[in-house]
Amino acid sequence: MATITTDSRNTGPAVAADDRRRWFRGQAFWLVAPALLLLVVCLGLPLAIMTLRSFSEPQWGWQNYAWFFGTPVNLTVLQRTFAISAWVTLVCLIAGYPYAYVMTAVGPKMRLVLILCVLVPFWVSGVVRTLAWVILLQDSGVINSVIRAVGLSPVKLIRTQTGVVIGMAQVLLPFMILPLYSVMKTIDLRLMQAARSLGASPARAFAQVYLPLSLPGVYAGAIIVFILALGFYITPALLGGPRSTMLSTLIQNQVLSLLNWGRGGAMGVVLLIATFVLLALAAPLSRQPHKTGSTR
Amino acid sequence: MKQPGRILLGLFCLLVAVWLVAPTIVVVPMSFNDKKSLAFPPSGFSWQWYQNFFTNPEWSASLVGSLKVAVVTAVFATVIGTLAAFGLDRMKSRVSGVLRALLITPMVVPGVVLAVGIYAVYLDTRLVGTMTGFVLAHTMLAVPFVIIAVSASLEVFDKRLETAAASLGATRLTAFRTVTLPLIAPGILSGLLFAFVTSFDEIIVALFITSPYLKTLPVQIFSSITRDADPTVAAVGTLLFIVTSLVIGAGLLIGSRQGKR
Repeated sequence: MATITTDSRNTGPAVAADDRRRWFRGQAFWLVAPALLLLVVCLGLPLAIMTLRSFSEPQWGWQNYAWFFGTPVNLTVLQRTFAISAWVTLVCLIAGYPYAYVMTAVGPKMRLVLILCVLVPFWVSGVVRTLAWVILLQDSGVINSVIRAVGLSPVKLIRTQTGVVIGMAQVLLPFMILPLYSVMKTIDLRLMQAARSLGASPARAFAQVYLPLSLPGVYAGAIIVFILALGFYITPALLGGPRSTMLSTLIQNQVLSLLNWGRGGAMGVVLLIATFVLLALAAPLSRQPHKTGSTR
Repeated sequence: MKQPGRILLGLFCLLVAVWLVAPTIVVVPMSFNDKKSLAFPPSGFSWQWYQNFFTNPEWSASLVGSLKVAVVTAVFATVIGTLAAFGLDRMKSRVSGVLRALLITPMVVPGVVLAVGIYAVYLDTRLVGTMTGFVLAHTMLAVPFVIIAVSASLEVFDKRLETAAASLGATRLTAFRTVTLPLIAPGILSGLLFAFVTSFDEIIVALFITSPYLKTLPVQIFSSITRDADPTVAAVGTLLFIVTSLVIGAGLLIGSRQGKR
């Protein structure tokens, strides 16, 4: 409100233009209003009610939070949720970084093929993709057939944490590759040549020139993958076993099976706070120092 | 000296590409399985799972449910999201930055948390298993995608064109209809597509608010996977893959033709 009153110090012909602009801005707000209303009704209200119930059921107080942090099983699952998300982020980074780099280095035709490979996972419904992972990872599945054909002993993948990480990382890999690629394609490769000509080894040129320039993409990709992984539900539910349960499954179980809205709500609040704290901490890191040319 | 490193990098990328694409491809042969099993490779060939998908009322009802919800959601989300993108574009940058961040939050809120909250509200307002309930929740989830798509095309839109139209005597509405809208139409169209896909593919909220009377396709797929090894799911996956490929292929074709003109 204060900003509007300071604007009115303008005098003369500027006032008319200023009035017009302010009217314009007022109108601009009404254009955004329906979206905001929808957000309040369908996001704000549900989250508020969930939070309220975490304090009010069965009676007022912190009991549900005391229960959550006082039960070892819950803490194990919380820790596991963070651990799985960290593994998924690491796997995505290791697979995505070289891939994104190659995307910037190859010719336009090959680049199109590589981009298509990144986008194809989006074409198929998420649930169907998880089914595909069940087919691939099961004991009699494709991966174990290959392992057996090579002459090694089969590995237990389905209903294990490894299986969950493989499946989740595949779903989330595009979210790592796309930000990495959008940063990497702005890096001038002649900088590497310059470093080499000044006597740096390839490894040193990479570590001191290329890597620091690509870090905004690394941060942006890592944070979005980690945050999306924290809230994953379908993949761990279908690929995981009892020893790879994540927080989302626990919440769903409390609410739908045990009808315990207080405890489920408290877990939801914990997951929500974790997500937003991470987002707030990481947001400044991924801000790019310069604006990238493309809109992608 | 550089060659071995390059070959290694190339092989690594090939491996990553296979990892990305394999789950999409593996579904296709499974859908022609002659037995009711998901063992790979399938033992024989049959069309029965496709027949089952189109004749079994459970599957066709969920497909119809999903299409209805997704079409209505896409229309609402596109209108609301486009208006919002225009509003944000015309605001002070500090205000619009905050509002934009706020409007995009549905993308980062964990699905189950959102679903629990929405389920709580819907139980009180009797929206569980209703068309209204589905459309409200899905529209909220889809609006951010429309805002992003339309904002991207507004960013490259030259506002002087509107001024030019106004100077030639066009009213604001005429200028919008004849100048602005055609130029940002690709952004709106891709927003519409994104919104449709977001709703069509949404599962977590749908799992909570579904009812025997209104089920969406992802919910039906999920319950089929958890119940038994039914290759109908693979048939659905293959059909979705083919339809999406055709739509994207057509889009690319139209896009490249317009580019040449």
